[in-house]
Order: sequence, then C-alpha cells, then structure tokens
Amino acid sequence: MVNPNIQGKRYPRSATYLVGREKIREFARATFATEESIDLVAAEAAGHRDLVAPPTFPIVLQEFGLKLVIADPEAGLDFSRVVHGEQKFVFKRPIVAGDLLTSELSVASVKSLGGNHMVVFDTEIFDESNSLVCTAISTLVVRGEDA
Amino acid sequence: MPDISELVIGDVVAEKNFNLDRDSLVRYAGASGDFNPIHYRDDVAVSVGLPGVLAHGMLTMGLSIDPVVSWLGDSGKILEYGVRFTKPVVVPAKGRAVITVVARIAELDQETKKARIDLQTSFDGNNVLGKSQVWVQL
Repeated sequence: MVNPNIQGKRYPRSATYLVGREKIREFARATFATEESIDLVAAEAAGHRDLVAPPTFPIVLQEFGLKLVIADPEAGLDFSRVVHGEQKFVFKRPIVAGDLLTSELSVASVKSLGGNHMVVFDTEIFDESNSLVCTAISTLVVRGEDA
Repeated sequence: MPDISELVIGDVVAEKNFNLDRDSLVRYAGASGDFNPIHYRDDVAVSVGLPGVLAHGMLTMGLSIDPVVSWLGDSGKILEYGVRFTKPVVVPAKGRAVITVVARIAELDQETKKARIDLQTSFDGNNVLGKSQVWVQL
C-alpha cells in the first residue's frame, strides 16, 4: 500500500521544461482541440505572446513528479494498483509556448478509505521568474491487496 | 468572447460528439507520455481485470473541455478545471467509442465576470466524469 508518513513530503524540483509551440499543437490535436485553438494569429490577437497550451497540458509536468514518487522506496506506491480518481488544474496565468517551467510535487494527504488508500498530490508549476503559473491537484486511488 | 450579461444559468453553451478509436489512444499516449499499456494492449488490460482497453482518463478530461475552449475562443480564459473519473471508457479494437460532451452554465458572477460551466461527458448512456467543473473569465 502507501506509506502514510509521506504526507507532507516534498519532492525535488524538476529540470527546466521549455514549452514548445509544436508540442502544444501535438498535445492539442491529441485531445481533439480545434485548429482555431492552435492558430498563432488568433492567439496573438487575443493578447498572448504565443500559442496557449490546452488546459490539461500541465499533466505533462505533473508526470515528472509522479515518477519520483513511484521511484521512491519510502512511498511504497505500487503503480499497477493505482486508479486516477480526480484531477484539477488551477491557473494563475495560462501556459504559453516559450515558457520555461519547473514543477515541484508534494504529498498533500494520504487517507485510508474502505481498504483503499487515497493520495492527493499537489504539483506547483513555476515560470522562469519563479512565479506560480499553475497548480495541478491529482487524487490517486491505490487499491488494497484484496480489492 | 461571450457576453456574461446575456448568459442564464442552465444555458447549454456547447455540445459536441467525439469519436475515439485505438489510433486516438496511441496518439494521446505519445503526446502526453503516458504509455501505460492498458491503453493500447488488450492482453495487458484483460490481465489486470479490466473490461478491455480503456481511454486515458486524461484524454477524456482533455477532450471534454474542447467545446468550452471553442465557445470562449481563447483557452487563456480558463481559470480552473477539475473532474472526478467515475466510469471507464472502453475503446474497441475495431470501430469506435462515441463520447458526448454537453457544457452548461452553472454559476455566474457578474461583478468579477467569472462563470462556472459544468460538463456532462457521457459514453454508452453513462456519465464518465463527475463534478466536472470549469471556471472561466469572461
């Protein structure tokens, strides 16, 4: 199962991630976004410096932190028993192509619920000037041994 | 950009169908970096007790907001987006899974020009996302 003592644990800051314009387009098309939403002229007309990333794009940065948790022997997180329960993104500002981002994941809570564990992870995403851009909040349900 | 003063709670602002096939899942795996084989291999999906190959929950979440982004005309207006994953979407090896998204106005704050839009995402007659809420700046 999951070690409840990891509640409050912060994992190291990720390496810098440069948000690429074509990566935004690739992610947007994979999530069925329209071509209008990845049109540079339209983005600039709306006042953005470059293309705006789709709202669920920060999942890519959340994954960096989760990989650290999976590799952490103290956490004891068996990923084969994990189900994605909830996901939320809270934006301070949109993510735009050209942003240099880093992310930092912390364990907000570990709770037991009917033989399962529910773990909430907060991933804070910062820009080059270390301002918070977005927080990704993920709830994973870890099924118990007999569930 | 929609005018908040013309909106009414309960208004359907967008509605769209999405066809998911196995190609869609492979494409999302590549774009997102989530290569969990339950999203493209039948044998692995069955071996862990699933009814079949499932769409990534994050793919369902990602496509569900597309009609709202189109309605706004600018994804930079999204302030917050959260969902609960309630039911899996099984995608057959041949053919497709059809997902329907309906976006409705749920809350309006005329002062701050913020609106909450609730999404209903259904597959095979069941809602696959719960508490699917988007806050937007109008």
